[in-house]
Amino acid sequence: MNEAVIQVNDLKKIYHIGNIEVKALAGVTFNIFKGEVVSIMGPSGSGKSTLMNLLGCLDRPTSGSYILDGEEVASLDDDELATIRNRKVGFVFQSFNLLPRQTALANVELPMRYAGVTTERVARAKASLESVGLGDRVYHKPTELSGGQQQRVAVARALVNNPAILMADEPTGNLDSKAGKEIMELLLNLNRTKGATLIIVTHDPAIAAQTQRVIRLRDGLIEEPAS
Amino acid sequence: MNIGQAIIEALETLNSNRLRSTLTILGIVIGVGAVIAMLAIGTGAQNSITGSINGIGSNLLFVYKGNSVDSNHVPKSVTTADADALLDQTQAPSVLAVAPMVSGSLEVTAGKEKTTTTIDGVTADYETVRNAALSEGTFITADNLLERASVAIIGTDVANKLFSRTDGLVGESIRINGLPFKVIGVLEKKGGSSFGSQDNVVLVPMTTGQLRLFHGDMNNVDMIVVQAASASSTSQASDEVANILRVRHRTGAGQDDFTIISQQDIADTAQSITGVLTIFLGGIAGISLLVGGIGIMNIMLVSVTERTREIGLRKALGARKKDISTQFLTESALLSMIGGVIGIGLGWLISFAIGKIAAASGTPFTPTIGLSSVLLATLFSTAVGLFFGIYPANRAASLEPVEALRHE
Repeated sequence: MNEAVIQVNDLKKIYHIGNIEVKALAGVTFNIFKGEVVSIMGPSGSGKSTLMNLLGCLDRPTSGSYILDGEEVASLDDDELATIRNRKVGFVFQSFNLLPRQTALANVELPMRYAGVTTERVARAKASLESVGLGDRVYHKPTELSGGQQQRVAVARALVNNPAILMADEPTGNLDSKAGKEIMELLLNLNRTKGATLIIVTHDPAIAAQTQRVIRLRDGLIEEPAS
Repeated sequence: MNIGQAIIEALETLNSNRLRSTLTILGIVIGVGAVIAMLAIGTGAQNSITGSINGIGSNLLFVYKGNSVDSNHVPKSVTTADADALLDQTQAPSVLAVAPMVSGSLEVTAGKEKTTTTIDGVTADYETVRNAALSEGTFITADNLLERASVAIIGTDVANKLFSRTDGLVGESIRINGLPFKVIGVLEKKGGSSFGSQDNVVLVPMTTGQLRLFHGDMNNVDMIVVQAASASSTSQASDEVANILRVRHRTGAGQDDFTIISQQDIADTAQSITGVLTIFLGGIAGISLLVGGIGIMNIMLVSVTERTREIGLRKALGARKKDISTQFLTESALLSMIGGVIGIGLGWLISFAIGKIAAASGTPFTPTIGLSSVLLATLFSTAVGLFFGIYPANRAASLEPVEALRHE
């Protein structure tokens, strides 16, 4: 394997609810390498979502170190985290999270707006939509698209800033099995053809089986350390 | 994100919630409209009042008997001789013209018609000093004064009451207090029921008035109107007049038994009264603008709650705090700006309608919308939108992305 795109060292996240201390993540250490496809599994309450939020730079750890693409992000402030999310992380959500009143194109353009891209924005958004097979649905609004197509728009949006990692949180959870299969194929194909680093959070063993490595969480700790 | 994009996005959002946006804008429209209309009415009233004060003549001083200053003297009357003394060019170089007059309210009849009105006994100088213009006939002459002629000049309101017309009246006869007078002229209609109306008045030669209608003696006058040479010399003229009268009435300084009021004093007083009125009206209207601003804040807070998930998504995609707050501030500023622009139109319509109503009810007065009040209203309404938008925008910007994304 080549260099590690994610280096996590003793990462902890502790919530205080009243006087009770809840260790959502009790200290995890692992690396994810460039071009890998990794799934994160675990029952609810295992710290799966917490880990995803930390890896996606949506939240800050209580302690520990997290180096994403060579940058220590554990101690950045809100706006710096926003910039990291914008440049280095592409999100695909279970419920698509598209802006309902905007066209597919405008939705895909959104991350570039926050990145300050102006001139090549439309061209790049169109190219990204074409790469997920929606070149002919550019001006459709989410309500005019099927679930599978909406998730493709979300994938196009996640890819448009060329992120270091692609985070998918139950990407097939809201889709029927056929559309779900297509989305998984699309994601895996992106990994094969473009070398995208893919992290999939799921509880579906069938999905996890398609990934190269599984990180299993239980009670805030990694259950079977992967290779 | 640049401002142009922010505006386009904000317009799209506002458009997708049309009824809500319209009602919010309505609050600002009413506020701004009320402010504009009230300022316009205030300014219009001010212009109308100062206009009618200026219509009396220019650079005038009014001198009459008595003074509010406590004095042991019984005040001496102001007399024709006093008026003549004021024309002394060496003692009163700033005085241009002097018009003494007597005045009273008497019954005037013509045939079976009768009315009670102001009768002013005036000299020939009254015509120039008071800017009196005739629609027909000739003014009272020096000969009329010498002869104590029974001639009269009538205002249009009097003409309408007595003859039901305002032209072809020269040569008609009227009776004042039962004495016959011949009409030799009709005053031009000036309008305005306020100070200085010359429509409801009858002018007779001063000597005739003194002898036959009022005092029965030829010396005393009720008021001397003094015209100063220029606007800048009115206060000097006032001093000169006071000095001459003190000598003639043998009163010491601070014991004047006469009062001098300048036209400027009256104009200033009127202006300060209408100024207070305008601020008062504008202030009350401003409260409705404030209420409109609170409406914006309310709607923006609802909007932030509704769009929590959208805010979370935007943050996940890399929106910084500034991006989110700009988005919401743009929306609230646009609401208030659109409201402001429509409100200016509404204010103009209200002012226009009030002007029409005033004209129809016989008080011509034009509400005036100044550029300053338009700018003030626009700036103020936008400021209201920004001010009341800051809190909701900050609330949106400081949402935690994790929490916001989880929000249903």
